Amino acid sequence: MEIDPFIFRLSIFILSIFVGYYVVWSVTPSLHTPLMSVTNAISSVIIVGAIIASLAGSSLSVFNQSSIFGFLAIVLAAINIFGGFLVTQRMLAMYKKKKKDKK
Amino acid sequence: MISANLLAIFYLISGILFILALRGLSSPETSRQGNLFGIIGMAIAITVTFLSIDNFSSGFLYVILFLLVGGSIGAFIAFKIPMTAMPELVAGFHSLVGLAAVFVAISAFLSPEVFNLGSLGNIKLASLIEMSIGAAVGAITFSGSIIAFLKLRGLMSGSPITFPGQHILNLLILISIIILTYFLCLNQSPNFFWSLIAISFLVGFLLIIPIGGADMPVVISMLNSYSGWAAAGIGFTLENTALIITGALVGSSGAILSYIMCKGMNRSFFNVILGGFGGTDQTSSKTSKEQKPVKSGNADDAAFLMKNASSVIIVPGYGMAVAQAQHALREMVDSLKKNGVKVSYAIHPVAGRMPGHMNVLLAEANVPYDEVFELEEINNDFANCDVAYVIGANDVTNPVAKTDPQSPIYGMPVLDVEKSKSVLFVKRSLSPGYAGIDNDLFYRDNTLMLFADAKKMTEDIIKNL
Repeated sequence: MEIDPFIFRLSIFILSIFVGYYVVWSVTPSLHTPLMSVTNAISSVIIVGAIIASLAGSSLSVFNQSSIFGFLAIVLAAINIFGGFLVTQRMLAMYKKKKKDKK
Repeated sequence: MISANLLAIFYLISGILFILALRGLSSPETSRQGNLFGIIGMAIAITVTFLSIDNFSSGFLYVILFLLVGGSIGAFIAFKIPMTAMPELVAGFHSLVGLAAVFVAISAFLSPEVFNLGSLGNIKLASLIEMSIGAAVGAITFSGSIIAFLKLRGLMSGSPITFPGQHILNLLILISIIILTYFLCLNQSPNFFWSLIAISFLVGFLLIIPIGGADMPVVISMLNSYSGWAAAGIGFTLENTALIITGALVGSSGAILSYIMCKGMNRSFFNVILGGFGGTDQTSSKTSKEQKPVKSGNADDAAFLMKNASSVIIVPGYGMAVAQAQHALREMVDSLKKNGVKVSYAIHPVAGRMPGHMNVLLAEANVPYDEVFELEEINNDFANCDVAYVIGANDVTNPVAKTDPQSPIYGMPVLDVEKSKSVLFVKRSLSPGYAGIDNDLFYRDNTLMLFADAKKMTEDIIKNL
């Protein structure tokens, strides 16, 4: 009997929830805002789905019903990826500057 | 063109890099490296997706184009946004993740063959369910975050909006979502799919409108969690490991933050979600509010008190963010330090409008992070401290939470501000805080009320130091 590949994905999913649980509890409360902005950025990895979706059209008609949704999703996810990582970087830089100040 | 197996391994690697990105946030020193891991993980995921495409049609150029368009908008926002606007920015970003999830799900529904999920009208059952979950949760995240954004931005009243039968309506809608999903699975009619998405938008809207401004830390964390579960749902549909791992990480991250925020208010998650907090209590407290004696002072008095103190604890709250007083505050602390006063900052878990809100603002004002303490770390120090300077906080300092079992905030962990020798309370008026209850602290003998805008008062104190 073969195991459905879905079960493997489910296993990854559940194990990742556990990893997330322990990793997030170890995040220092003062960095909770950067945590939210960085989780925002990484959840935009959904862009890989958007890229595949946007190439649904043929080479003759790039834009069809479903590829348009793909392109829209690319724009949204890209805003999030760049915005999320950069704003996190900006925030974390402020925390770091402090340390230099102190020394 | 790379093989499907190799592709899956690369997605796994980017998933692991995302875990390391969160791991880095355990301390400020490692956090920047963590963020870099996140960026590398994202770059790997996008690059290998490009490499997996076998026909480089003209569509590919548009992919790059739209990527750059979105990227520049995002970068522009990231550099321009003031730190005080961080809560609404995060809410706005959540809405985008939600909407992107909805769009990808729609696209997969309309062209399942692109994702190897079957054909239109004949999609694999498991994929269809995963897709529906992803779309529904994504839609809830989107509309919920939009409402949260409007409330945080002040474009919509921050007070809870409730109406009779609200909870029953929500329940009926949730049941109809399940029924719609069932029928969608039976005959795969696009109409059911569209209705499902439309109704989910409505749920997000109805879920957030009854929740008031000061409960926003919970709402933002919750929406953070939802955006993760939406991504995970899509990850299952697309059979993409990176997306599944990320979705699970973000989902549990948001859930933990919601838990921490609820604990900070001593309220259950359902209590917050059911909303309407403060509505009824407000009327009852107004009647009991008599003209009790209040000592009020000016900047000169405050400067005198603090200059002669040996230790001062600053308690910032949302009012500091509104008044943008963090820079003035830091200047004040600098001159106090020159006078040999020991200064530290006490942060309540739910101070501000999002988890860690106060910490970011203080960091922006160049306050060293080792002078900033969490509630449990610093609460015992109030007893040995000469002056507590409460700036823009209210309910989180109310001693009633410890003494009066009738109070709606009873049991909420509060900062023991009243134990310090004297309390300077910067506030514009004696109006009750968000919970709608009078703050007992105003009428204590050791409290001096400073009636002014937080920033203006702090600046005046600096002049007098």
